Amino acid sequence: MSGYGAHADHDEHDHHGPAPGLKRWLYTTNHKDIGTLYLWFSLSMFFIGGAMALIIRAELFSPGIQIVDPMFFNSMTTMHAIVMIFGLVMPAFVGLANWMIPMMIGAPDMALPRLNNWSFWIMPFAFTILLSTLFMDSGGPAGGWTLYPPLTLQMGDSFAFVIFAIHFMGISSVMGSINIVATIFNMRAPGMTLMKMPLFVWTWLITAFLLIATIPVFAGAVTMLLTDRYFGTSFFSAAGGGDPVMFQHIFWFFGHPEVYILILPAFGIISSIIPTFARKPLFGYDSMVYATASIAFLSFIVWAHHMFTTGMPLAAELFFMFSTMMISVPTGVKVFNWVATMWKGSMTFETPMLFAIGFVIMFTIGGLSGLMLAITPADIQYHDTYFVVAHFHYVLVPGAVYSLLAATYYWIPKWTGNMYDEKLGKIHFWTSTVFVNVLFFPMHFVGLAGMPRRIPDYSLQFADWNAIASIGAFGFGFSQLIFLWVVIKCIRGGKKATDEVWEGSVGLEWTVPSPAPYHTFEEAPPVAVINKNHF
Amino acid sequence: MSAASGYYIPHEAKWPIVGSVGLFLFFMGFGRLLNGQALGTTTLLIGLAIIVVMMFGWFSLVVKESESGIYNSQVDVSFRMSMMWFIFSEVMFFGAFFGALFYARQFSGPWLSGDGGGGAAMTNAVLWNGFDYTWPNNGPDKIGAGFASNQSFSAMGWFGLPLINTLLLLTSGVTCTIAHHAIKDGNHKKMVRWLAATVALGTVFVFCQAFEYYEAYAHLNLKMTTGIYGSTFFMLTGFHGFHVTMGAVMLFFVMLRGMKKHFTAENHFAFEAAAWYWHFVDVVWLGLFIFVYLI
Ligand code: HEM
Ligand SMILES: [Cu+2]
Repeated sequence: MSGYGAHADHDEHDHHGPAPGLKRWLYTTNHKDIGTLYLWFSLSMFFIGGAMALIIRAELFSPGIQIVDPMFFNSMTTMHAIVMIFGLVMPAFVGLANWMIPMMIGAPDMALPRLNNWSFWIMPFAFTILLSTLFMDSGGPAGGWTLYPPLTLQMGDSFAFVIFAIHFMGISSVMGSINIVATIFNMRAPGMTLMKMPLFVWTWLITAFLLIATIPVFAGAVTMLLTDRYFGTSFFSAAGGGDPVMFQHIFWFFGHPEVYILILPAFGIISSIIPTFARKPLFGYDSMVYATASIAFLSFIVWAHHMFTTGMPLAAELFFMFSTMMISVPTGVKVFNWVATMWKGSMTFETPMLFAIGFVIMFTIGGLSGLMLAITPADIQYHDTYFVVAHFHYVLVPGAVYSLLAATYYWIPKWTGNMYDEKLGKIHFWTSTVFVNVLFFPMHFVGLAGMPRRIPDYSLQFADWNAIASIGAFGFGFSQLIFLWVVIKCIRGGKKATDEVWEGSVGLEWTVPSPAPYHTFEEAPPVAVINKNHF
Repeated sequence: MSAASGYYIPHEAKWPIVGSVGLFLFFMGFGRLLNGQALGTTTLLIGLAIIVVMMFGWFSLVVKESESGIYNSQVDVSFRMSMMWFIFSEVMFFGAFFGALFYARQFSGPWLSGDGGGGAAMTNAVLWNGFDYTWPNNGPDKIGAGFASNQSFSAMGWFGLPLINTLLLLTSGVTCTIAHHAIKDGNHKKMVRWLAATVALGTVFVFCQAFEYYEAYAHLNLKMTTGIYGSTFFMLTGFHGFHVTMGAVMLFFVMLRGMKKHFTAENHFAFEAAAWYWHFVDVVWLGLFIFVYLI
């Protein structure tokens, strides 16, 4: 089976291997190199954004202003969100897409390798601009990641740089997504029909579509902010006939699809991992594809559920309530399918599977609190409280971030050729899972009791749960150092991985040697191999 | 998609990092300029220069590779798909500004003058008493015109320059298509001639637009700061004008390549990409003409 994999190995003589030194990374057009760059970049952002979160939680450990000044606190909440969303989760998924999609569809590389290099090399520059605002006299952005005017327009000099950093990242996202769409449509090996593609490829195809459709809208929205601030336009000023609420509509037209951008590739990852360790084909492959597509479609017509309290005609409140609740249906289909895949499977619980199961359970908790928030009259109570913070952290941390951790454990043997340290992996999972719940579950309680989000101080009755959440935060944060250690250790050595790596693994990526050679599938895999390696 | 023809993968990319440095300096410079900080303009211009060099370098490289015949049909399809999706992203960018226009005209404007139920009537009575919304509008405070100086502004009519511009762009769409048919027949000379006409029409369009802006500022008291009307008018037509300029530059370079006989009847993707782009700015203009000028 690894016949042509070995072939790719031998082919390397006629082709450039990696260039020596720094040049390799600066000029590379290799999807694996670029994937690696993305993954390291996002891991570093994970720790930078995490440090910001710990500053927030340290301040909130007890009531009163203890450690940081309120303005800096606000810029921490704002920056933490931007760094985690645009610096961690999105680039990490792009990194995985780079590594895995060509190998999963039997392609030699991405469709546009040079553009691929550019998509990555924008990121460090864009984040230099963004993070540099923290060192400006005016301080970093402090009006929240949602950048609502008029508050955001009152930011100091850093305003312009934040907007341009967003434009800059947007260029990267759109180019990266175009590349992914072109790769999936144009680079599949003969015989790899759309409905044979692994779900990670499917979910990324749909995610890329969402990105291409909504990032430009976000770019438009922040451009309007920029001209309102510096060129005297009145888009968001009622005095000039505009409307600050209009910003919220445009922003969330991007913003809600964006949260699906942050979760659809995670669905794809989980749909790859669970069948492997349940040793059963994925239950309901077709319905998974259709559910993903309907989630993507619905995500365009639910945006104003973020604005129930902002003010809208009654008909709009109702429309957005029902459309939002409708999203739970395809989401429920997915959760059902994962559970059904595990049903009567001969399961083993290696670290990737632990994280995947953790994902299914805790993402569902976040989905259910989302459903509560979707109910307009209820949301009027919950909005802008810690309940919302609990909701989106459940879908994003034990959701999106767990999928990233699961993916790393699942594929790192393929990347490095070595098995990771299973014992450390399990310790990482259990400490993370205990602490993440200590961290976020109490937020439901203080939120329902009325504690507002994005504030450095709070009323005394919230003190106990906040102290507990802060302990969870530090526990969770330091648990991630175990992850860093596992990754480094695995790169440096360990038990050699087989080509299949996992007993029940299905997919073309497991037919090439471990570690995957610098170039794979320079010749398309035979159709028979494709037919044998899909669900 | 056949594997027999072999996949093509470029092995090195030196230009992207140059582009990133250029964009970085451009954005940093622009930010400093807007804030009135030192060295803004200089940094911006250096960044811009680097971006231009990068574009020349990168495109020349791709043209050279394409001419040497190392691209296969799979690469061609990748290019086509990317251009189409890129145009789609541009459509969405304009969509945001059209959305702002519709929202202001249909919703927030009437609400400001007390229509639409809910608390609107009360808001109007308390905050903007006496404000009556009509389009064009620059808001209850008459932002940008009239408030301080008691002047008023005039909207840009559709007759005259905008109508001429519409005809110019529509004609350029036709000349572009004639050029396309010419190259499909392998006729370079005819293609270059009609492309020259297209570029000329585009250039005249941009000049008319510039003159229209001059008119607006000089005689209509209509400025970018003229409330929501000025904002939407100048941002929509401004971004469109910028895209026309870019499209004309693209067509111009395609024309130069046509003079060097770079294309064949079957293989002229650069032409097609530029032509698609041109039709896209054409369609956006029609939207502008209807929604910004006509109604
Ligand atoms: C079952 C599906 C979901 C439903 C019904 C849902 C519903 C909601 C609602 C109604 C809100 C607004 C709450 C408020 O501000 O008062 C909200 C906020 C939020 N949701 Fe969800 N959600 C779902 C899934 C997700 C997913 C999958 C993610 C991301 C991975 C996500 C991320 C967020 C974020 C980040 C916010 C807060 C944004 C902010 O205000 O800063 N949600 N959700
Ligand atoms: Cu949402």
